[in-house]
Amino acid sequence: MSELTLVQAVNRGLHEAMRSDPDVVVLGEDVGVNGGVFRATEGLLKEFGADRVLDTPLSETGIVGSAIGMALYGLKPVAEIQFLDFVYPAFDQIVSELAKMRYRSGGQFPCHVVVRSPYGGGIKGGLYHSQSTEAYFCHTAGLKVVVPSTPADAKGLLLSAIADDDPVIFLEPKRIYRSVTGEVPDGDHRVPIGEARTVRDGSDVSIFAYGAMVPPTMEAAATLEGEGISAEVVDLRSLVPLDEPAVLASATRTGRAVVVHEAARFCGFGAELAALLAEKAFYALKAPIARVTGYDTPFPYALENLYLPGAERIASAAREAVRAS
Amino acid sequence: MTAAAVSTTARPTSEPPPADGLPGTRLLEAYRTMALARALDERCLSLQRQGRIGFYAPHAGQEATLVGSALALEADDWIFPAYRELAVALVRGVPLQTVVDQLFGNGADLCKGRQMPNHFAFRDQHFVSASSPIGTQITQAVGAGMAARYRRSPTATITYFGDGATSSNDFHAGMNFAGVYRAPTIFLCQNNEWAISLPRERQTMSATLAMKAEAYGFPGVVVDGNDLRAVYGAVRSARARAVAGDGPTLIEAQVYRFGPHSSSDDPRRYRSDAEVEAARQRDPIQRLKPELVAAGLLDDATDAKLWDDAKASIAAAVRQAESTAPVDPRSMFEDVFARPTSRLEEERAGALGASARPVEGS
Repeated sequence: MSELTLVQAVNRGLHEAMRSDPDVVVLGEDVGVNGGVFRATEGLLKEFGADRVLDTPLSETGIVGSAIGMALYGLKPVAEIQFLDFVYPAFDQIVSELAKMRYRSGGQFPCHVVVRSPYGGGIKGGLYHSQSTEAYFCHTAGLKVVVPSTPADAKGLLLSAIADDDPVIFLEPKRIYRSVTGEVPDGDHRVPIGEARTVRDGSDVSIFAYGAMVPPTMEAAATLEGEGISAEVVDLRSLVPLDEPAVLASATRTGRAVVVHEAARFCGFGAELAALLAEKAFYALKAPIARVTGYDTPFPYALENLYLPGAERIASAAREAVRAS
Repeated sequence: MTAAAVSTTARPTSEPPPADGLPGTRLLEAYRTMALARALDERCLSLQRQGRIGFYAPHAGQEATLVGSALALEADDWIFPAYRELAVALVRGVPLQTVVDQLFGNGADLCKGRQMPNHFAFRDQHFVSASSPIGTQITQAVGAGMAARYRRSPTATITYFGDGATSSNDFHAGMNFAGVYRAPTIFLCQNNEWAISLPRERQTMSATLAMKAEAYGFPGVVVDGNDLRAVYGAVRSARARAVAGDGPTLIEAQVYRFGPHSSSDDPRRYRSDAEVEAARQRDPIQRLKPELVAAGLLDDATDAKLWDDAKASIAAAVRQAESTAPVDPRSMFEDVFARPTSRLEEERAGALGASARPVEGS
């Protein structure tokens, strides 16, 4: 066990994956000499050399397109997109190519690439260093989408992602890269993709969150406890595939559901979760499903704390759900 | 995959060296494949008009480039095609029946009926799955080349694309990456003069497409794409450069698309019959034939039989494709992921009429 921050856990995971498998290569902008703008890839160049740690030209389509070619040839590339806000030049490669390669070739050309990217707000990043656009990827068949919220999950999910047979979009909550620390198992620690984690048991309301929204959700749960409301907190961890049994079991048990994400509300991941609950847990619900999300505006610079869900908004939504019946 | 340590000055755009080693027997085989590809092209456009296949993208006029380039490759080389490279697959040894099954999207289609005709994938021949977005295969070919270099394999990758693709994001990203990492990649641009309705001279103000390589620090060559030997020689040289570690080459093969962009296109809206007729005077198949006749490898009688045989084999393949069982509906939910998720299993059960999963099951 080691006490690590979330970004250190990502770094540790990359080191271990590269040590255990020479087919694992890392590529992206500033990932080598600079160690990544968030230091997620620090030390990799020194240990593994420029053949395996590639400082690429500034082209996201080049990064993901070449990673796809490497994967087809048999390597296990881990591509970094410096900020999720900059993924769009590679969107065609991810959505049209990576996601569909196995399917469109009738299974002849599996294509396993891990695309890592820091996402989300709360770092004074303004419009283009803050967005949380996981829903685009969740909407595309063929991509797995995971979002850790703890250092242990960051390493465990990353090692699972690198070992997976399918393409994985690995989203790192940069707001809590360094603010969250935790014990991380040494060695080949893996967290299965597709399994949610109940962070806190509760009986009155289920709050579903992921990534950087887990800490404020836990804060809200603590506040609610002081008011006599027992909130269960479920960290989804994996958006695709979604752990539907865990979601349905929790909501069915408490009868109330609050969904939290920092992405915009309209067609956000919470809409899918709310639809799932309405379709499959409707008769167990005692209150309308609530969503606590970012707003349907572009991501604002000066007013980011108004935009981002915080503990009070989350607690308020939970209170309302409990009061409803 | 280290970036090139020493920058090399791009060689000026020049004519390729003469072809090496295309003996008469291979030349006759090349001619036979070109004829088969041409005959298949004509048959497929007619099958599409009859509603027997859903779509077709013809390659007539481009056979010398397709066949000549494919002959210059080695078995371990990887091909990243666009959607007009059917003849490349034939040269690589993909059986005609396998090609035709894909066009019909039947139960024997290796792609399981998932894609429109012409969007082939043949794993055994390293013929990577084609897609419709323009240019996306280019960066992938470079990545595979980088991977081959990392593995120290004497392997080249080749990517095919058209004149229109030289405006795409991935063309520029791929050329740039290939230059920086000195990837063993051959960029084969089939300049067929028309990107659907946009003529080559309005696609770019560059005097040639080949000259774009200079900006990326590696050679670009122009080749007469109707000349099988010239294409073969250019690709052979580029391949030698690639596996020697000297980096990529851009080859602009100048050809002409005789037919429509696809079965959905009416080229009379944007170009004249006279222009097409003039291009047909440079037909790559008619250009090769006299050489074979002069070498004593072909005469009018054997030529007629060769074309008859091609048509007969196509007719047989079409018959078999049409009598092959359709794609199994259950397969729609396969290959999305390595293993279907429980959600996909649930959707499959719903689509095929079986009872859906219980509310809290999984």
